[in-house]
Amino acid sequence: MARLRQYLDKIKPQFEPGGRFQALHSVFDGFETFLYSPRTTSAARYTTHIHDSIDSKRTMTIVIMALLPCFVFGMYNIGYQHWLAAGLEPSGHFWEELFYGFLTVLPRLVVSYVVGLGIEFIVAQKKHEEIQEGFLVTGILIPMICPPEISLWMLAVATAFSVIFAKEVFGGTGYNLLNVALVTRAFLFFAYPAHMSGDKVFVATGQPFGFGPAVPDGFTCATPLGQISQGTFDITGVGSHAISTWDAFLGLMPGCMGETSTLFILVGGLLLMLAGIASWRVMLTVFAGALCMGWVANIFATPTYPMASVEPFQQLLYGGLAFAAVFMATDPVTSARTSKGKYIYGFLTGVVAVLIRTYNNGYPEGAMLAVLLMNCFAPLIDWCIVEANARRRLARLVRSQK
Amino acid sequence: MAEKVSSRSVLFNPFSKNNPVIVQILGICSVLAVTAKLEPAIVMGLSVIVVLAFSNVIISLIRNTIPVNIRIIVQLVVVAGLVVIVSQLLQAYAYDVSKQLSVFIGLIITNCILMGRLEAFAMANKPWPSFLDGIGNGIGYAMILIITGFFRELLGSGTLLGFQVVPDAFYEAGYVNNGLMILPPMALIVVACIIWVHRSYNKDLQEQ
Repeated sequence: MARLRQYLDKIKPQFEPGGRFQALHSVFDGFETFLYSPRTTSAARYTTHIHDSIDSKRTMTIVIMALLPCFVFGMYNIGYQHWLAAGLEPSGHFWEELFYGFLTVLPRLVVSYVVGLGIEFIVAQKKHEEIQEGFLVTGILIPMICPPEISLWMLAVATAFSVIFAKEVFGGTGYNLLNVALVTRAFLFFAYPAHMSGDKVFVATGQPFGFGPAVPDGFTCATPLGQISQGTFDITGVGSHAISTWDAFLGLMPGCMGETSTLFILVGGLLLMLAGIASWRVMLTVFAGALCMGWVANIFATPTYPMASVEPFQQLLYGGLAFAAVFMATDPVTSARTSKGKYIYGFLTGVVAVLIRTYNNGYPEGAMLAVLLMNCFAPLIDWCIVEANARRRLARLVRSQK
Repeated sequence: MAEKVSSRSVLFNPFSKNNPVIVQILGICSVLAVTAKLEPAIVMGLSVIVVLAFSNVIISLIRNTIPVNIRIIVQLVVVAGLVVIVSQLLQAYAYDVSKQLSVFIGLIITNCILMGRLEAFAMANKPWPSFLDGIGNGIGYAMILIITGFFRELLGSGTLLGFQVVPDAFYEAGYVNNGLMILPPMALIVVACIIWVHRSYNKDLQEQ
């Protein structure tokens, strides 16, 4: 490690103004601060939103760590579902399934990072700024919230679109109004609906790099939410075996890579809470909002809206709601900033998510749209909270002057 | 308008420096609505050119006899008359396109570009400059409509004017049309991109 430090120090002057590679200054700076703690942290400088002796690169690293349990389980689950789809007994092949999942995800992860970071690097060079580290988390989130076998070029187009139009045009990391990873997903969802929903896309059927057993042609399997929205309550997974509530909690069901396992999402959420990175207010209120709305919907359940008939707690197990609550809604840039505002923001996110999935049969899942919608309202919520506070204090001052 | 303006600048300014859509940001609603395909965009552009030019001339001819208090009503009546003529002509000779454009031909009446030009130019200028102004602004509007329509149809449907442009080999290789391009939000983003490119070439238009 000391040698790496020495090497960096040796080549550093070449990247300073006047040096040979001064055009690549921000690239060098990005790598240096990624490998070693920078001397200055955000306490001393103006950065995006963190006023602490931790800089946003360390924050992002902790979020990545919190995502890892989900990520590893997601890879395993991709393999597990694939083995089931091939008609094989899935247990006893842990490492093969994990490796299959790894091979499926790897190209998507690479594309997401190369495209996103590429654009960030170019923009940073052009504006002569440091490279913002925001994409570190976004880049890993994107493959986690897309179907496992989404086409690479679609992913590249969507990532480029959202990094440019949801982030860079607003001023880069820390200024975006909408969650960049979710904008990527929303773009894919509306641009290529056949590849983002339905019963064909949520189980990996290919053989990446020639690895894994073959799956028969024309294989289909709907996600639990997709089945419920069709009025099927005895949810079955691949190969028509029933998915129990425990399976759903553990995450052994078809779906996007990151969102299936509520258990590992909660593990990640716990880590984020302990590290003080993500707001527990948002997480808990999203769950509370979803439970409340699920409960209300359950009371007024009708056959027209099959999703209303499920138990409220099941709303949290299926689909992307738990993932959205822990990793999406808590994004410190796009969520509400005031403490009271966070309660309102989180609660409404949960309510809207269940509202969409229950009362709009066209969209079996509403968590993405709910978070994006509440992202738009977050500044308004904050403004109301701050104004109310100012008015209350003004009234107190006037009273005390009398 | 007190100062003398050359007919040249009256005609050509609205193309770029003073474009009604991308500089004055007028008439955005119809840009969003009719540009999913190229053909309706062209027809809509032509209709607006015709209505704008002739309403400018008519208002300019009678500008000294219109009582100030009811000038908006008079302008509306003139525009409405022309719009009805255009709409009837389209229904007679281009029925399919007029069905695609549905209410938007009728809504030319409420297009902000028309009211803006009538108020700002035709009420204060002679018929010939007014005619040129109408043509210029109409073309400025139509240009943006056609550029937007071109990209939306090409990327959203893989066709241009209804003919397939993207070769079949692309689709076989896994290319899929972008469904978002058909939806109105993407028109907004395409227009934003046009503004982006335009401003980066015209630095004097950039806001501080």
